[in-house]
Amino acid sequence: MSDNIADLYQSLIMERTKAPHHAGRLSAFDGDAEGDNPMCGDRTHLWIRRAGGKLAAIAHETRGCAITTAASDLMGDAVLGKTEAEIYALADAFESLISTGTAPATPDLADLRALGGVHEYRSRHRCATLPWQALRAALKDQSHG
Amino acid sequence: MSDVLHAPTLDIEKIRADFPILGQLVHNKKLVFLDSAASAQKPRVVIDAMVNAMETQYANVHRGLHWMSERTSDAYEGARDKVAALLNARDRSEIIFTRNATESLNLVAHSFGRTHIKPGQAVLISQMEHHANIVPWHMLRDAHGITLRIARITDAGEIDMDDVEAKLADGNVALLSITHMSNVLGTYTPAARLAALAHRYGAKILLDGSQAVVHRAVDVQALDADFYVFSGHKLYGPSGIGVLWARREILDSMPPFMGGGDMIDRVSYERSTWAKPPFRFEAGTPAILEAIGLGAAIDYVSAIGFDAIAAHERDLTEHGIAVLSAIEGLHILGAAQDRGGVISFTLDGVHAHDVATLLDKQGIAVRAGHHCAEPLMGRLGVDSTARASFALYTTRGEIDALAAGLRRVKQVFG
Ligand SMILES: Cc1ncc(COP(=O)(O)O)c(C=O)c1O
Repeated sequence: MSDNIADLYQSLIMERTKAPHHAGRLSAFDGDAEGDNPMCGDRTHLWIRRAGGKLAAIAHETRGCAITTAASDLMGDAVLGKTEAEIYALADAFESLISTGTAPATPDLADLRALGGVHEYRSRHRCATLPWQALRAALKDQSHG
Repeated sequence: MSDVLHAPTLDIEKIRADFPILGQLVHNKKLVFLDSAASAQKPRVVIDAMVNAMETQYANVHRGLHWMSERTSDAYEGARDKVAALLNARDRSEIIFTRNATESLNLVAHSFGRTHIKPGQAVLISQMEHHANIVPWHMLRDAHGITLRIARITDAGEIDMDDVEAKLADGNVALLSITHMSNVLGTYTPAARLAALAHRYGAKILLDGSQAVVHRAVDVQALDADFYVFSGHKLYGPSGIGVLWARREILDSMPPFMGGGDMIDRVSYERSTWAKPPFRFEAGTPAILEAIGLGAAIDYVSAIGFDAIAAHERDLTEHGIAVLSAIEGLHILGAAQDRGGVISFTLDGVHAHDVATLLDKQGIAVRAGHHCAEPLMGRLGVDSTARASFALYTTRGEIDALAAGLRRVKQVFG
């Protein structure tokens, strides 16, 4: 482990924590879900809209640590324009990156790899995976038909 | 001035040498352990007492007719005497060994709660309770039909005594169950005044001493308490051992919490009669080694003396408040007049978990989260806080290291 105390907090994480690109709500949406971590009070609310079999819009309201906020936001980048099957594959790969420290070469995790350092902090794994759990729930949400 | 001259002092270097773990490195940095309110580190004498018992005189207690069992029973019962002396209990039979403060509270809720609190009567707690002093009452409410009242705290984090009185006033509160020191705000509650108030309105009082017992001398008779609970592991003893003290006449009137060996008088296939306190409440083989370890911990703190411990921790707390409040954007929660060595804080723009992770990388252990007091977080209007807590082995230098560490956290998030 490097001696730099901040190696977990890559610049991309800090940027997205301070100025998230996908923060807010969708006025028109077909799925939403909340994820919360009662251990620490981190909370994220996601809204999604599909069009033509793909994810056309996503927004989140996240109240939590830098890792959760950045994870929600970078997830937004990663899943926009993807099919559900592609999103589930990304979710599996990302969760594997966090829990095992490695992820398969495909699908391409791209910027999500900035969160790879979280693997070394077992007590923080939930912070990174919480938004993906919420996204899985939002994709299954039938209540907005 | 003579106060200053005669103020008891600790030989802090000698004390630190008593705690083997304090020499450990974390992330290649010297451990700065500021999480003793969650669980304290153990001095060599505690470790040795437990190892020594296992190596030289161990058997089950109260059961064997042989030498080993008698010696072990003596050591286990000796620990009970030490707890009785620590709390100034009137009688050793008033000390019940449990697993922890949580179990002690559940014992009271289950046994006293179902027999001495009638459906419709109330239990009064405060807004700054640990979950251990909330959830058992929710369970009792749902199973037995009691009601739960919550006394307010002030913005400074002190008990609102007027509200306590208002909530006792109709005489329908059977038990005031309240913390003796908040694990979040560090506030000491005015236990003797609360006891007098509870008794005036016909209620009993339970004090959750999990934090308080570590930092100051406690005298349950002087406080005029009815129940007192704490955990051994925060008092430099091992985990797995806790204490319930209650007045003997109350214990005499309470049914067992659990049934089994050791808690009976006679058993036939049809029925059993119960042993007297304390054994009535200690079903099954108890935490023998842990009780012995707790006894050694009590000997250890008693030899140092609570005057010296309290003076040292008062100095640390004042120093902590001074150096932490000098950090721009840092907010300390609570401003109680009477407080112990616990400081919870938030840092503008940095979540408590990020604070804790970045401090950990510098070898500094603090706690972050809701500290098992979620309702209090709501009352304070925060989601989570970071918390530094002090023990008799904590130094001013460690608090300075915390302040320096927090400045680096701010740079990372700058
Ligand atoms: C005030 C207070 N009450 C109760 C408890 C519960 O202690 P334990 O988990 O040892 O039962 C704690 C410990 O966190 C505490 O600080």
